[in-house]
Amino acid sequence: MTDVGTLLAGARQGRIAYIARLLSIIENEEPEAADIIRLTYAQTGRAIVVGFTGPPGSGKSTLVSAITALYRRTAARVAVVAVDPSSPYTGGAILGDRIRMRERYLDTGVFIRSMANRGTSGGLARATRRVVGILDALGFDVVLVETVGVGQQEIDVSRVVDTVCLLTIPGAGDDIQAIKAGIMEIADVLVVNKADRPGADETARDLIQMLTLGSPRLAWRTPVVKTSAEDGTGIEELIAAIDKHRAWAEESGEARRRNADAMRHDIQALLQERVLQDLATRVGKQKLDDVVLRVVDKTLDPYGAVDALLRD
Amino acid sequence: MKHPLRVVVAKPGLDGHDRGAKIIARAFRDAGMEVIYTGIFQTAEMITRTVLEEDADVLGLSILSGAHLHFADEICRALREQAAKEVLIVMGGILPPPDIPKLKAFGVAEVFGPGTPTSKIVDYVRNWHAAR
Repeated sequence: MTDVGTLLAGARQGRIAYIARLLSIIENEEPEAADIIRLTYAQTGRAIVVGFTGPPGSGKSTLVSAITALYRRTAARVAVVAVDPSSPYTGGAILGDRIRMRERYLDTGVFIRSMANRGTSGGLARATRRVVGILDALGFDVVLVETVGVGQQEIDVSRVVDTVCLLTIPGAGDDIQAIKAGIMEIADVLVVNKADRPGADETARDLIQMLTLGSPRLAWRTPVVKTSAEDGTGIEELIAAIDKHRAWAEESGEARRRNADAMRHDIQALLQERVLQDLATRVGKQKLDDVVLRVVDKTLDPYGAVDALLRD
Repeated sequence: MKHPLRVVVAKPGLDGHDRGAKIIARAFRDAGMEVIYTGIFQTAEMITRTVLEEDADVLGLSILSGAHLHFADEICRALREQAAKEVLIVMGGILPPPDIPKLKAFGVAEVFGPGTPTSKIVDYVRNWHAAR
């Protein structure tokens, strides 16, 4: 097994297999993962990181492929991280997003990585944030993140990327869907994809109306962009909208605030994990088993059990 | 550390019949593996890049077109040069028996002909992984 220093040096020179190996170490939470983060964290924050989310079949992969081609006109290196679901029964997965990106396969400036969500329910894999961080630190100019096909409240992507593009397609739900809480609230740019199909104008209009109904949470006015990855319509406008959001977020301080919020979330999650592990070690299996028996026998209630365990 | 095995299932060349590839992809998935399916009409270079970028442990090639020797040679050589670790390469499809020793000499670990039960292929990959 190649050591972390060698992997990092090779990856910084662009050796694909080494970049990929680093990402696997992070994804599998192998013992070297913490070292890799320590050695790269200070170099993160330079890439343009954009997320694409939306229901299954809304055309995320195809749109990401089209937008990758356009970004490549100005960006030397673009990375794509595409997440698909793992089976809750076997843990296996079919990662099929690459198929839609086949026109990008031979572009040496593009690196595509598929991830299975491995049971995480927020639309990404647990390690996606850190995988994006590594790619950023390794010098990719643009990192595009594609979530699993989502429903109404998978919002993890908003804690990983700078700008969230939420895709919908013509005729997908009426104007009531558009005012529900949850995923609609994380959209920085709303995309009506497959706009070559009938009903695109109506869908865009419904979305625009929804946006004017209440007072917005932020000063940012979420634009609605119609795209068709099929014929290339709207892709330039979409990039312009993403750029505009990015500029606004920088200037208004929202980017910093959002990053701090994401970091707080991340650190708290790590802290909880560590504390729980420590606690489990300290309490030990024997004591836990004893207390469980007493709760089953009704000589102790569950709250009392926790008090007893923490007292020792 | 036993993480889910990552398997690339690829169809090199010009035959567009990928039912077999999809069946084996599904069998690997049901065995708890993470399967990256490349789709049809792949070149050796495309497949090599996919295996490298995805840090795959296993590459399954499905070929019906008769071009197996060319593809096996090119892909095995490229992976030997560029991979950061050992990749298990297995092959399925229409593969004439006289060619099998040549395929193995290139670096294909095992060859599965038509009618092989998927469980046999899955077991082969599992045993390889367990032995590492």
